Amino acid sequence: MNYEIVMGLEVHVELATKTKIFCSCTTEFGGAPNTHCCPVCTGMPGTLPVFNKKVLEYAVKAGVALNCDITRYNKFDRKNYFYPDLPKAYQISQLYLPFAKNGSIDIKTRSGLEKTIRIHEIHMEEDAGKLIHSPTGNETFTDYNRCGVPLIEIVSEPDFRSAEDVIAYLEKLKTTFEYLGISDCKMQEGSMRADVNLSVRPNGSEKIGTRTEMKNINSFKAIERAIAFESARQIELIENGGEVIQETRRWDDNKGLSISMRSKEDAQDYRYFPEPDIPPINISEELIEEIKNNQPEFASAKVLRYVNDFGITRADAEIIASSKYIAKIFEDTVAICNEPKEVRYWIINQIMYLMNDKGILPEDINLSCEKFAEFIKIATSDRINRPTAKTVFEAMFFASHDFDLEKYIKDNGLEQVDDTDSIREAVLGVLSANPNTVKQYKNGQTKVVGFFVGQVMKATQGKAKPDTVNKIVAEELAKL
Amino acid sequence: MKITKEIVESVANLSRIKLDEAATVKMQTELGAVIDYMEILNSLDTKEIEPMSHIFSLNNVMRDDLIKPSIDRQEILSNAPDHTDETFVVPKTVG
Repeated sequence: MNYEIVMGLEVHVELATKTKIFCSCTTEFGGAPNTHCCPVCTGMPGTLPVFNKKVLEYAVKAGVALNCDITRYNKFDRKNYFYPDLPKAYQISQLYLPFAKNGSIDIKTRSGLEKTIRIHEIHMEEDAGKLIHSPTGNETFTDYNRCGVPLIEIVSEPDFRSAEDVIAYLEKLKTTFEYLGISDCKMQEGSMRADVNLSVRPNGSEKIGTRTEMKNINSFKAIERAIAFESARQIELIENGGEVIQETRRWDDNKGLSISMRSKEDAQDYRYFPEPDIPPINISEELIEEIKNNQPEFASAKVLRYVNDFGITRADAEIIASSKYIAKIFEDTVAICNEPKEVRYWIINQIMYLMNDKGILPEDINLSCEKFAEFIKIATSDRINRPTAKTVFEAMFFASHDFDLEKYIKDNGLEQVDDTDSIREAVLGVLSANPNTVKQYKNGQTKVVGFFVGQVMKATQGKAKPDTVNKIVAEELAKL
Repeated sequence: MKITKEIVESVANLSRIKLDEAATVKMQTELGAVIDYMEILNSLDTKEIEPMSHIFSLNNVMRDDLIKPSIDRQEILSNAPDHTDETFVVPKTVG
């Protein structure tokens, strides 16, 4: 029998505010353990949390971008659980009145499938701390730096049918939030985390099967593997006459399998109640309007503009617009040099290649657009040829902003040689050094011309102008 | 509402408290009395009263997103029964 996979996602996104949601400690990633803590975020008795205004602004921005209805009267609730990742023994969250509901987002998968994913709700909450379990002793060490970092949790409807859908959705969320400037969505640093609710059903069936929830999936690659594993596990179970149990499972990426954490029977009893320390929050029409009217240009609009105004292909435009940082390099450089197709060429062929090759993230590219524009001017002139330009580009890409293009070209003698006399000298040298190949040419094997041209380029260290080399090689061969 | 032995055991489990047989019986009576006392509230007619979650008419109490220095780590850690130089220490939470 063939099965269909049905999935819904719960995505946690850390908001890029400077301070935590209920206290003024920094949210900076990577500090020494417990150095970003105060009595509020470590849950000392008698402390009073105060809500961060920026969290509300960022949250509403996300809600508006995901086409949600924004809740006007908001409050927080206490989710009680006794576990040392939260020193208060409760998490301040939103259960009864999430700030955003009934949204949707359009996605396009790698194989070109376009679909709409419905958003059930988005709520605000605080992140928990980090636990480090002693490998040998009977202890767990706790670090509360992350405790109280603001989160939004985006709960989708069960609209996903493949890992491709899920990845396209997460990439769209990442790009959207990047353009909004509300989160950096780095899965490897945990600022974006996805829990996957997954069930399977026979093809054609309308009924949704019993689902499991998978946690601890930390990369796009892990998502693909986790979905493949869990769907195969459920199908095998059903095929063998068994039943899927509703439970929470933990994905172990090293072992490549999911492990049962807890079943529905011992599900947590969170005893939610209204959070008494945080007074209700009214979201005004003015704030919503202001946010709606000041939305940035998102990727889909940029793609259209790049295609229409700059005449580049849709596929290239999508690659460039998929990152706010790449799009900015593209737009800023084009604004200076007005050569969109050339800038596109170097981004797609060199920047993308170098990023992949060296594992560089778009936000970590340190390229001055003034330098890039100056480079484009040189690359489009006759002064250097394409292979040399590649070398120059790479040097510029990894150098600091004060990289001197002219000096680099001069010091390395990269300027293209278009001096007929010296090229002719090189051609004659190549011909006399290869008498056998000359003989072959005379016997009618004209394809050896390419060999001569290659040898001349080599002799001139790739600096000779290819057109001129072709011309002189032809001239000299004709004289034989 | 009757407080059963199961309810007491469940609440004890949620609170990570171990109760022996005698304490369970005692808690059953005491918790029952508290709940019975609260039952008085249920005798009030609240049909015309709007539900509320906060007793003060405050709303939109918010602060600006400005970093203030955190507390000295040793000072924070000294509040716990057990800690290392860098972290709090709790009984191991996984097997």
